[in-house]
Amino acid sequence: MSDKDTIEVAAATGDQAQPHKELGLTDDEYGKVREILGRRPTAAELALYSVMWSEHCSYKSSKVHLRNLAPSAVQSEKLLAGIGANAGVVDIGQGYAVTFKIESHNHPSFVEPHQGAATGIGGIVRDILAMGARPVAVMDALRFGAADAHDTARVLPGVVSGISFYGNCLGLPNIGGELAFDPCYIGNPLVNALCVGILKHDDLQEASARGKGNKVVIFGSRTGGDGVGGASVLASATFDDASGKSAKRPAVQVGDPFMEKILIEACLELFEQGLVEGIQDLGAAGVACATTELAAGGDGGMHVTLDDVPLRDSTLNPAEILMSESQERMMAVVRPDNMAAFTKVCEKWDVEATVIGEVTDDETLTMTWRGATVVKIPPRTAADGGPVYSRPMSRPAALDALQADSPAKFPRASSGADLKDTLLKLISAPELADKSWVTQQYDHTVRGNTVLAMPEDGGLIRVDEETGLGIALATDGNGRYCKLDPYNGARLALSEAYRNVAVTGATPTAVTNCLNFGSPEDPEVMWQLAEAVRGLADGCEELGIPVTGGNVSLYNQTGSNAIHPTPVIGVLGVHPDVRQRVGAGFGTDGARVILLGETREEFGGSAWARVLHGHLGGQPPAVQLDSERILAAVLAAGASSGLLASAHDVSDGGLAVALAESCLRGGRGCDVSLTGDVFTDLFSESAARAVVSVVPGREEEFASLCTAHGLPAAVLGTVTGDSLAVRDVFSVTLSDLRSAWEAPLPALFG
Amino acid sequence: MRIGVVTFPGSLDDSDAARAVRFAGADPVPLWHADHDLQGVDAVILPGGFSYGDYLRCGAIARFSPVMTSLVPAAAKGLPVLGICNGFQILCEAHLLPGALTRNSALRFIHKPVRLAVENPETAWTRAYAKNQELLIPLKNGEGNFVAREETLDELERNGQVVVRYLDGAPNGSSRDIAGIRNEAGNVVGLMPHPEHAIDPLTGPSADGLGFFTSAVKALAGTGA
Repeated sequence: MSDKDTIEVAAATGDQAQPHKELGLTDDEYGKVREILGRRPTAAELALYSVMWSEHCSYKSSKVHLRNLAPSAVQSEKLLAGIGANAGVVDIGQGYAVTFKIESHNHPSFVEPHQGAATGIGGIVRDILAMGARPVAVMDALRFGAADAHDTARVLPGVVSGISFYGNCLGLPNIGGELAFDPCYIGNPLVNALCVGILKHDDLQEASARGKGNKVVIFGSRTGGDGVGGASVLASATFDDASGKSAKRPAVQVGDPFMEKILIEACLELFEQGLVEGIQDLGAAGVACATTELAAGGDGGMHVTLDDVPLRDSTLNPAEILMSESQERMMAVVRPDNMAAFTKVCEKWDVEATVIGEVTDDETLTMTWRGATVVKIPPRTAADGGPVYSRPMSRPAALDALQADSPAKFPRASSGADLKDTLLKLISAPELADKSWVTQQYDHTVRGNTVLAMPEDGGLIRVDEETGLGIALATDGNGRYCKLDPYNGARLALSEAYRNVAVTGATPTAVTNCLNFGSPEDPEVMWQLAEAVRGLADGCEELGIPVTGGNVSLYNQTGSNAIHPTPVIGVLGVHPDVRQRVGAGFGTDGARVILLGETREEFGGSAWARVLHGHLGGQPPAVQLDSERILAAVLAAGASSGLLASAHDVSDGGLAVALAESCLRGGRGCDVSLTGDVFTDLFSESAARAVVSVVPGREEEFASLCTAHGLPAAVLGTVTGDSLAVRDVFSVTLSDLRSAWEAPLPALFG
Repeated sequence: MRIGVVTFPGSLDDSDAARAVRFAGADPVPLWHADHDLQGVDAVILPGGFSYGDYLRCGAIARFSPVMTSLVPAAAKGLPVLGICNGFQILCEAHLLPGALTRNSALRFIHKPVRLAVENPETAWTRAYAKNQELLIPLKNGEGNFVAREETLDELERNGQVVVRYLDGAPNGSSRDIAGIRNEAGNVVGLMPHPEHAIDPLTGPSADGLGFFTSAVKALAGTGA
């Protein structure tokens, strides 16, 4: 019926019932659409508003809180584009700018892990491309249910193969990310993909349709029936137990990375030749989103002939054409006198390009189909005029009891044998064990500019071969800390990502975030979201670095079981010269091993509590943002003066795990002495710490550097031998450590 | 000295191959898949990637591209040609080299540095190496499992056409741990590991791969090209 539903028919049949609820609009929201249009919407208009006003596209539940993330003037100094653009853009000097963003593809990755994760990469890459940048690297932050859970064996290999398939074929190095397991993510895995791109300042592109008479061009793949309603029906609702996976499978898109690769090359050539006035990627909500956002961002008017949209399936009706989330498509605004050159570039790359409309100056988005008008709306009402909710919030009733339930009650290892056993148990827990099973499936080398990649703390990419200018990136999140205290948990995630960038020798510069939470309709989840956003905003203020953009993923819950609140924070750093990079491995015999920062007795939410006692309770470690800044300054100065032979962040599992990782990474042992309470020294998770080894002969210089910054630096011992030896406590050979560390993932996933 | 690097739609390691050519002291010349013109280059590299999305079969579509119709006769006349990863797959599909590359035995994409032994340092692309020299070079492929008929494998061994062999077993399941081979004349070489990603310890596991490119420069200087 929708193919006959023109605006005239809609005006004449105002009482006709419409399936707004099935499309995800509430009665109130539907009423508001009718009010805006002064009539009932056509089927195509209803489809358009339902996707544009979905939680996924409109941020209607989170918007009131996200306003807190707007950077202050001091922070914004280096921002060329910020929140609201497809991705934030940061000046990194020498005429270069960097754009980066992290986005979720959680729901699709549960329903169809391989394609869900693959198209997550595809989508974020097009966001970066739409800013005018060449995408240069990706990262993935992955969280699954218990490692040995039945469904994890289905979801994890599929997600990893999807990322491998799409990212590798696209020619983008995958330089890092996270892999964590917790029973709370069963049924709601988190698949967050980050992409970073590089551009020259002048290359920055706009998502706007300006200039009456300019052509609107869709190019890339044809539009098919895949992903119809992905943003609204799939991403903006919880999985209830009955509807299950199969009912939503058609809402997952199918990716073609080869098409994306040639689309990237075609776009970059179009940008280079100056043939594009405005550009927008087609992601969630497809043609509906691209047309309304381009029109809303420009002069406000556009006419589109839907018959001209190239289709894979000729039976699609206007509503389906608007909602389809077929991958690998872009929309550009092109001056008529540039059309011939535009077409020539697309033909060179075998990319189909079709004019589907033009820019008008009447503040109206109209779409015709088979000669009749099926959409006629003020575009800003769909793009920016969606509902904004101040949803009710309440502090979780169980939080006080949870915070009071400290892990102090558990017995702690005290003998050397027991302490060694604790370390071996920790490094053979799936989340701390060797991730090669996953990372060996990713190409981290392609493009030839990868200087550091996982298992290093941060990924490091060379930007300029002459000067050595580079960028470092890390993502971190800790749902367990956030469950205990979302405000401080978010600041701790920021803290850790900041530190992981700093250990490479880079200076942390900007922040992106992916906020993964349960249902916003649950007041306790809304409280967690608000607290986490407040924590992130305060943390960025304290560290003096801006949030440049991000993404919110809600409804990560099954029935009444929500995931732990999991803000994943990405930090970008600028490295003045990647030739001075610092890795995490002990590589120099005789180098002095030093612990930077202060250790307190902090075990709430720790790896020890989880792995040894299956416990989550108490308070997370204290946040030390001032100390983080000092630590980062010392690490940057140490790297640029060539004082550091290695630097590694101390976090999950404490110093013991950090030492073990540095030994395994570098293939060399160490001999260290501890002076405080041995258990606390080894396993506490106090923030703002790193373990470094100093280039022999430069010890005094490094000590003065620490003194000058007021950074506590405890000499632990030296890099030596082929065992991790804690004097008078225990010694474990690297080969024993390695077997314990390497075995778990292959044993679980084959 | 000018060495062409072909870009097919879906080529990924073309800029890396060009960088390696530059590091070896020659001039990289971009060649486009849709052109017949080899621009008078002294040698050609077919780089890694997923030409034409690896649709149908890796390299199966690329072998029919216009640039290949010029390259095949030029190779028969002795033009040095190096195929890396997808380039190796294309050379096999084009019958410039025997055998085929099939899905890795573990059915997963594998990326890791591998130890190789140079078995034949007398090709246009390996003469900078000593016989049995060990190299550490990244391997990254989903379909790098080299297969051929037993007679063909025997013949390759007998003729000294095995150029590089995996030292710690073939991670992708390749027959007889073969990592790379040459044609009978020795001007055409294909290998799965990526020497262009081992030219600088800053970005690779070693600089061991540079020898493939300096070899070509030496070979060409030797012939006065």
